[in-house]
Amino acid sequence: MMSLKGKGAITGIGETAYERASPFSAFELQIQASLAAISDAGLDPKDIDGIIPIGITGAPAEAFVMNFGIPDLRFSALAPLGGASGIAAVQCAVAAISAGLCNHVLIPAGRNVSSGARAGVRIHQMPQFHQVTEYELPQGAIAPAQLYAPMARHHMELYGTTSRHFAEIAVGIREHALLNDNALMKKPITIEDHQNSRMIADPFRLFDCSLESDGGAALVVSSAERARDMRQPRVVILGSGEGHPDSPSSITQRPDMTRLGIAKAAPRVFEMAGVTHADIDVAEIYDCFTYIVLCQLEDMGFCKKGEGGPFVEDGKLRLGGSLPTNTHGGLLSQAHMLGMNHIVELVRQLRGQGGRAQVDGAEIGLVTGYGDMGDGAMAIMARG
Amino acid sequence: MSIDLKPVPHATPESQSYWNGVAEGRLRLQRCSQCGLVRHYPQLVCTKCYSVAVEWIDASGRGTIHSWTVAHHAFHPAFKADLPYTLVTIDLEEGPRALGRLDLASQSKLHIGMAVQVSFPANDQGVKLPMFTAMV
Repeated sequence: MMSLKGKGAITGIGETAYERASPFSAFELQIQASLAAISDAGLDPKDIDGIIPIGITGAPAEAFVMNFGIPDLRFSALAPLGGASGIAAVQCAVAAISAGLCNHVLIPAGRNVSSGARAGVRIHQMPQFHQVTEYELPQGAIAPAQLYAPMARHHMELYGTTSRHFAEIAVGIREHALLNDNALMKKPITIEDHQNSRMIADPFRLFDCSLESDGGAALVVSSAERARDMRQPRVVILGSGEGHPDSPSSITQRPDMTRLGIAKAAPRVFEMAGVTHADIDVAEIYDCFTYIVLCQLEDMGFCKKGEGGPFVEDGKLRLGGSLPTNTHGGLLSQAHMLGMNHIVELVRQLRGQGGRAQVDGAEIGLVTGYGDMGDGAMAIMARG
Repeated sequence: MSIDLKPVPHATPESQSYWNGVAEGRLRLQRCSQCGLVRHYPQLVCTKCYSVAVEWIDASGRGTIHSWTVAHHAFHPAFKADLPYTLVTIDLEEGPRALGRLDLASQSKLHIGMAVQVSFPANDQGVKLPMFTAMV
């Protein structure tokens, strides 16, 4: 059977400045990031022959063809997995390239949400939320924080996980954001700051929740073979996969509320990549909420289910620890860029372009995405 | 969503019988006419035997606490006056889960496995929704 192992590479990355109340539209941010990624790859926009746009508010592929004058778009697709869309799109791109359908796939994302409708209102316009919108929204289960909180509470009651475990995740990721000039959060926080931050949706406090921010991020995916001769140090995709949780439209109805879609994808991704957990030098883990990081660590098999709290407690997710995580500051402290910023950061780390947050000798890393009601995606990449 | 009023449930052809039950103060669940599997939330097809034939049963309204969250922030202005309020997920006796509010008097005893009973009081806009109360 054909495997996608080592077939694709991320050859271009681009990001705009992340900010609140950006003067640019989502599409303009998407265009800015796309031009940056294409230039980073050493390509011209007319070299792009595949497009997978990200995000429900984003522009369709046609808009890029129009604005870039792309002469022959040969492949387009959508990967609507919320915050797991970016990685799902990378996998889709590698599959299309490997099948000979196209050469260079652009994956552009842009959002301008911080001054418009908040996430709690926006999600209820999405078809995948229709059950929540009908049965739960009228009762006051409105925002992701409220929909996800029962997962975290169940975990805490079952396994003794504590809010201080969540705090360690928030504090470590904030430390990393302080090393990143393009991060919204500029001040350090302590465990006590986390514990004193106001309660939003018990057990989630303010510092358990990700930011709402504006910006753009984009990727160019090419064949691993072609990437040898391109501008940047090569970053090869060793393994990728997406996984959908049981009861994907309703967390309430999920038999095991502590098991996310990534639990199904992770074994496949490790197997495809041919690496083990101990080989991972750096991890960029989708962090819409602190608990979601902890749960994914368990679901990926870094520790047993229920042991995520003690696993993170010793600071191993911080730079210098055994599994440095979210070296850019994540959704919690850099910006909410739908996890596209996680993919960009992993590529930077593996190129050795991580700046002050560079993990020494990072050769193999993983990135995860989490979307909507628990969709998961994951990729393992390597330098060289 | 209106900024003034709480969002109200919009019934679909699949869920109309559920909401009719709520209006009558009864918790009604779908049961597959072919294999008998009880399911919730209402949906078109039985996941076990793929039949679309369905009948509606009156559930006991009893269940146990599975998990919960306490809202301290109003993500919609119409819920501000309700703060803090507790949302619970309930393992119903019939198998599926339900989500509802927990009544104030039951909150101090909240724990996984706590036995509860549903009722359908009208909220401040006159909309009936599930509310769970600890059984004594």
